[in-house]
Amino acid sequence: MSDAALPSTAAPKRKRELFYRHRLLTRVTHWTNVVALLFLAMSGLQILRAHPALYWGQFGANFDTPWIEFANIPAWLTIPSYQDLSTGRYWHFFFAWVFVINGLAYLVGGAINGHIKRDLAPTADELRPRNILQDIRDHLRLKFPKGEAAQRYNILQKLAYLGVICLLPLMLLTGLTMSPAMNAAAPWLLDLFGGRQGGRSLHFIFFMLIVLFVIVHLAMVVLAGPINEIRSMITGRYEIKPEDEA
Amino acid sequence: MSTQPPSRRSLLIGGAATFSTLMLAGCDRLSASPKFIDFLGDAEGLNMRTQRFLLSGGQLAREFRPEQMSPVFRANGSSDANDNPQYLTLLEKGFADYRLTLDGMVARPMSLSLDELKALPQRTQITRHDCVEGWSAIGQWKGVPLSVILKAAGLAPSARFVVFHCFDDPEQRGDLTKRYYESVDLVDAFHPQTILAHEMNGKPLEVAHGAPVRMRIERQLGYKHAKFVSRIEVTDSLARFGKGKGGFWEDYGYNWYAGI
Repeated sequence: MSDAALPSTAAPKRKRELFYRHRLLTRVTHWTNVVALLFLAMSGLQILRAHPALYWGQFGANFDTPWIEFANIPAWLTIPSYQDLSTGRYWHFFFAWVFVINGLAYLVGGAINGHIKRDLAPTADELRPRNILQDIRDHLRLKFPKGEAAQRYNILQKLAYLGVICLLPLMLLTGLTMSPAMNAAAPWLLDLFGGRQGGRSLHFIFFMLIVLFVIVHLAMVVLAGPINEIRSMITGRYEIKPEDEA
Repeated sequence: MSTQPPSRRSLLIGGAATFSTLMLAGCDRLSASPKFIDFLGDAEGLNMRTQRFLLSGGQLAREFRPEQMSPVFRANGSSDANDNPQYLTLLEKGFADYRLTLDGMVARPMSLSLDELKALPQRTQITRHDCVEGWSAIGQWKGVPLSVILKAAGLAPSARFVVFHCFDDPEQRGDLTKRYYESVDLVDAFHPQTILAHEMNGKPLEVAHGAPVRMRIERQLGYKHAKFVSRIEVTDSLARFGKGKGGFWEDYGYNWYAGI
């Protein structure tokens, strides 16, 4: 008897499907954004280091009461790692332009090629509480979609991505609220965000929300299969597991 | 014998630690390179051109109501000019002998006493002062619009910048050739809110805030608002002042255009 005739415990190997999930524009703008946000975050913390206290309202300085004060911002989180406000500003404004141009390319391109409407906009069905609850249960049990369902973002994913797509322009606007020239050109920014110091506080809070998004996003990538997830954002191809596979 | 291959987790952690160490070291090296900072500094030109375009209507900085003023307006930069004997002599006599010089590329150089400055048209404004460090304070300022004396002096057609020479040196080196200075171009020089302030919050300007006269450049950050102004010089180039970058803090690497 040959080996091949032995009863095998392994199921016959199924052909796995590679699905083209991310277009070139999505992939390029995603990684450009990763680089820009990393430098913006670290140079932003350098800028915060110059006056590590945040206030609400139109004004706020040493004799006023901050709502939060940072005793120490770790040097390894800032660019440069030594205290240097002017250099931190150079990094920040350079990558702010990279971020803005990249973000515009994504939004305009995503509107034209239908990415935002097709892949991100939730349908009425998806927004039903039952579907959202089901998706929360699936996430909690780390049950990831397979088969045809894996070709689409689930509702929590859509809401998270749309949330961050709203947060990023808010980062730009609250950043501009801190610019005295922009305050003259667009005084509505001061009214929208409650003054320069209010805008500065919100710039920090929105930044923290983006950090939270990134932490959850990375955790989900790791849990859902980092190789497949990262490959799909590099080559565009995402491997879909058949529905009946464990 | 324990030559087990490293676990995936330790590889990941090790990789992340190596990456962040290399990245930080790399960023520090790039930050120390003037060429690289010049490259990043191209954003300053974009910032200025964009903001100047948005401000082409000559828009004013927001002015606030008296009840919106900071209870305490902190002083910043030099709090005195005590390493300058000329300044101390003027201060002793309550600036009775103070003369503000306006010269350079002008048709009619001028020298104005404090009383003469106060006799010119005045503007009072409650505005927000924004430090590059991030804090803000709101105060009331009264003084002569810079445009009033610039028009009286008559600018040469090739004039491009207005330089403010000051009595103070934030480093208090005692060297009278090394004083605070600042500069603006003609857009900000002729802006209606650009004033030579001699009063703050309804009182004569205190020494800590730059007595007897300081600049208000309301659409730019605090370091543009030169204190202890002694002389105003109109020029076509900033190259011969300080290290040529247009201001005391600019010579230390801060942006000349401080609208953001």
